[in-house]
Parts: sequence; structure tokens; C-alpha cells
Amino acid sequence: MTAPRMRTTPLPGIGVQYEITTRRHDTLSVIAHRDGTRTFNVHHDDDPDSCGLSMRLTAAEAMSLTDALLPDHNNPNLLHTSDYGLIAERVSVTGGSYWNGRVLGDTRMRTATGASIVAVMRRAHAIPSPGPDFRLRGGDAVIVVGTREGVDAAHGILERK
Amino acid sequence: MDSAVFLIEFGAVVLALGLLGRVAVRMRFSAIPLYLLAGLLFGHGGIVPLAGSEDFIEVGAEIGVVLLLLMLGLEYTAGDLVGHLKTHAPAGGVDFVLNALPGAAAALLLGWGPVAAVVLAGVTWVSSSGVIAKVLGDLGRLGNRETPAILSVLVLEDLAMALYLPILTALLAGTGWAVGGLTLAIALTAVGTVLLIAVRYGRVISRFISSDDPEKLLLVVLGLTLLVAGFAQKVQVSAAVGAFLVGIALSGEVAEHTHHLLMPLRDLFAAVFFVFFGLNTDPETIPPVLLPALALAVLTAMTKIATGYWAARRTGIGTRGRWRAGGALVARGEFSIVIAGLATASGIEPALGPLATAYVLLLVVLGPVTARFTEPVAQRVIEWRKQRAAEPVVIDELLAHEAVQAAQD
Repeated sequence: MTAPRMRTTPLPGIGVQYEITTRRHDTLSVIAHRDGTRTFNVHHDDDPDSCGLSMRLTAAEAMSLTDALLPDHNNPNLLHTSDYGLIAERVSVTGGSYWNGRVLGDTRMRTATGASIVAVMRRAHAIPSPGPDFRLRGGDAVIVVGTREGVDAAHGILERK
Repeated sequence: MDSAVFLIEFGAVVLALGLLGRVAVRMRFSAIPLYLLAGLLFGHGGIVPLAGSEDFIEVGAEIGVVLLLLMLGLEYTAGDLVGHLKTHAPAGGVDFVLNALPGAAAALLLGWGPVAAVVLAGVTWVSSSGVIAKVLGDLGRLGNRETPAILSVLVLEDLAMALYLPILTALLAGTGWAVGGLTLAIALTAVGTVLLIAVRYGRVISRFISSDDPEKLLLVVLGLTLLVAGFAQKVQVSAAVGAFLVGIALSGEVAEHTHHLLMPLRDLFAAVFFVFFGLNTDPETIPPVLLPALALAVLTAMTKIATGYWAARRTGIGTRGRWRAGGALVARGEFSIVIAGLATASGIEPALGPLATAYVLLLVVLGPVTARFTEPVAQRVIEWRKQRAAEPVVIDELLAHEAVQAAQD
């Protein structure tokens, strides 16, 4: 698969515009403002010069959107050691999760599944080896290491609503 | 100067500006006209004379102009400017012919003489980058394809100011042709040298100034800018241009940081500058010049629309985008006031200040309106004509065809 062509246009005094035309001939563009905010635009069909939609995103919102757009985001596998039968996966704790605001010890993860929680990714940084009194929050991504069965069971526990 | 009186007066002025600014935000337009109106209300011939803080406001206004121009310079890198000059020079030329010449002609018609003609040419020539960038953002048009064309016109105007202001200061100083020519040569050399240095050694300069500590950076940049502006003023190049060149010479990270640091300072002093301009204008002088100002505003709104249309067409934009680009360029603002301020300070034509004030008040309010409605109105007119003539316009046909195609895909 070839990389799509990205057109870069400097907008003096505003920032830089990156524009992509998709294979289905839709055009979208992102303006990188100098203060870290982004404007996300989808272009009209009937007037190709104008935007049908233009959204201003804060730096944090843009980060979240980028994260959601990353192709490997839905493939939670982080570690390919299937030869040893061990895998590591990322499990997301949503805002509506049962565990939002509860401590890690309550999940009784290791006892129930044999899988270990080795780190919690929160926003832009990782908390390595969180203890049993570590409090989970919506938006966290929990890194679980274990056997295939163990990790699947961990998914079952952590995705409880 | 009685410090208590000064604090009370200046505090009241700044507080009033803050409250006005809130009104402007609520009404979704630029605060510049409100600041000007506030200035008209205070001071000479206004309701509240300011005796205790007049001097400080005058100095503050000077600093305001310097900061306005410094920030403008920070927006651009020298590379940007040189590249733009190469690609968009024709658009800049059309912009000058269509918008500066009507101003000059108006001054000559009013019998104000050639120097006033040069001043008024500048006032009608330069669009307001600040107002326009904000309006484009508000209307969600930053991503539109005609936007680079709009910005290119603005960039060229800003660059042209670096040559125009020294010429103007020389003319206003009333020096003869010989001295004027020398001044111009100095200014051109200075501008050229700074651009060259900034392109070649911008990184070095920025590294020299760079500091991790915001406080030091603020002091160094502000001090340097005021110093350069002062020297520029001394050699008749105009303080504003000196500050603009400092802004251009700074690039990269330093420019970013400085931008953040100086934003609040700039906002404060720029507001003071607009008030000062209003202060110096007696409200009673406005009604007599209202009609010429209105005529000039309508005429130069149309010429700006034509300029934008042309500039957008050059970059291959469709009809609707061309009208949008035209409508967006109408707003005049800070620069017109800076130019008029220089003129009133030198005391040439007494009616010039009031005319410029009225003109900017009209266009700074009208600009966002034309930005919003020029395209729909133009489309209506075109449709209506098409119905009357029943002659399909080829380009529109093509566009419509493309749209149908796209919808089917």
C-alpha cells in the first residue's frame, strides 16, 4: 500500500495546513496552529474550495483523535512471544467502566487469571508496576501480561461495565 | 504629574477598555472600533478630559505601535517573505493599484496635496491581518482553498509597509528630495540587510537571544526591540519598521516563546494606542468628513473584493471561492490607524485624522459582514442573471457537473 499524498501549505500568520485526498476522492485537511491547537476540516463536494465542516480542537483533543486514528490501536497485542506462550495486551478502562475510580487490588487479577498488570498508561505517560492500592481512572490503558487464556480472562474482568 | 490622579484616570481608561472588549466578544466582532470610540469619548472635545494621564497614554501608544509591528514580524520568517515575494508579486501589484490609488485620488480631490495623498493611499491600501485572520477562524474558513490566496495578499501588504512607512516618515518630516532619497536608501538597505541576515543567520540570532527563563527572554526581546525601534526613528526609518524587522529576524522557538510572552503586553498597549488615536480626534470633526469617508469606504470595499477575486483566480480557485476571498479582504484596521497616526502627529491636514477614523470605523465593522455575505450575494446575482440570459456560464456548468459526479461517486 502506498502512502497517500499529503499536501503541505504554509498559512503565514496562522500555521501549516496538511491536506489529504482519500482514495474515494474525499478531501480532508488539518491546520496545525502555532499554539498547539488544530483545526480539522472536511471539504465540500459541491464547492471543493470550501469546508463542509471545520472543527477547532485543543491539543489534548487532537491527541485523543490521533490515538483513535492509529491503525494498530484496535490490535491490542504489544508483545510477540507466542513461542513461549506469553502475550502482552492493552486493555482500555472506559469512563463508564465499573473500575473507574476503583483500586487495582479489587480486580484480584493475578489470583483470578494468572495474568499480571505490568503498567498503566495514563495520558502521555506510563505508570510501571502499579501496586494493589493504585486507583484506576477512565481513559487508562492497562498493560496485561500472561497466557492467551489469562489475558482473555483479564479482558473479561477489566471490561466490566 | 499627580500620581493619584494618573492612576485613577489610567485605571478608569483600561477598565473601560476591558468592559468594551467584553461587549465586542459578545457581539462577535473586533474590539478596535470600540477602542477608537472610547478614545473619541475621552479627551479633547470628549466628555471626560484626561489631563493627568495624557502623556503616559501618548508614550504607551508609541510602545503599542512598536509591539504591534514586532508581533507581526514574528508571524513571518524571512524565508516566507522572500518566497512569497517571488510567487505572489502580481497579486500585490494589483492590490496596490486597486486600493492605494483610490485613497490617493480622494485626497487630491479634496485638495489636500500630495503628502496627504500618500498618507490616504496607505490608509485605504492595507487590510487588517488581525481582523481578517480572526474572521476566517470564526467562519470556519481557515481550511478553505482560497485562504492561502487571502493570506498572500496580506503578507505582501505587510512587507510593503516596511518600505512604505520609511517613505512616509521622510515625506512627513518635510525633508527635501535629496534627504528623502537618502532616507529611502537607508531604509531599503536596512530592510534588505535584515532580510538577508535573517535568511542566512536567523538561527544564530535566535540562539543568542534564546533563554529558557521567560523573564529574561521578555526583557531581552523587549529591550532589543525598543532600542532598534528608537534607532530606526533616529535615522528617519520609522520605529514601526525597526520593530517589524526585529520580529522577522527572530525565528523558530524564540519567535514562538516571544509570541506567547508578549501577547498580553501587545494587547494592552495596542488598545492604548487605539484610544490615543481617538483621544487626538475631536468628535466634532467627524460629521463633516462622514460623507467622503463613507464614499471611500464603499469604493475601496469594492476594490478589495475585486483584488481578492483576482488573487484567488490566479491560484485556480472556483467562482464561489473567489467571491469569498474578495469579501474577506475588505476589513481595514490597525495599520490604517498607524499610518493616520503618523500623519496627525506631524500635523499635516487636520481633517485627515477624522477621515481615517471614520473610514476605519466603517470598514472594521463592515469587513466581517462582507466576509460573510459577499459570496452568497454574488451567487444570487449570477443565478438571477443566468435565468434572465438563459445562457449557461461554462465554468459554473462544469462545476455543477463535477458536483453531480462527486455526489454519484
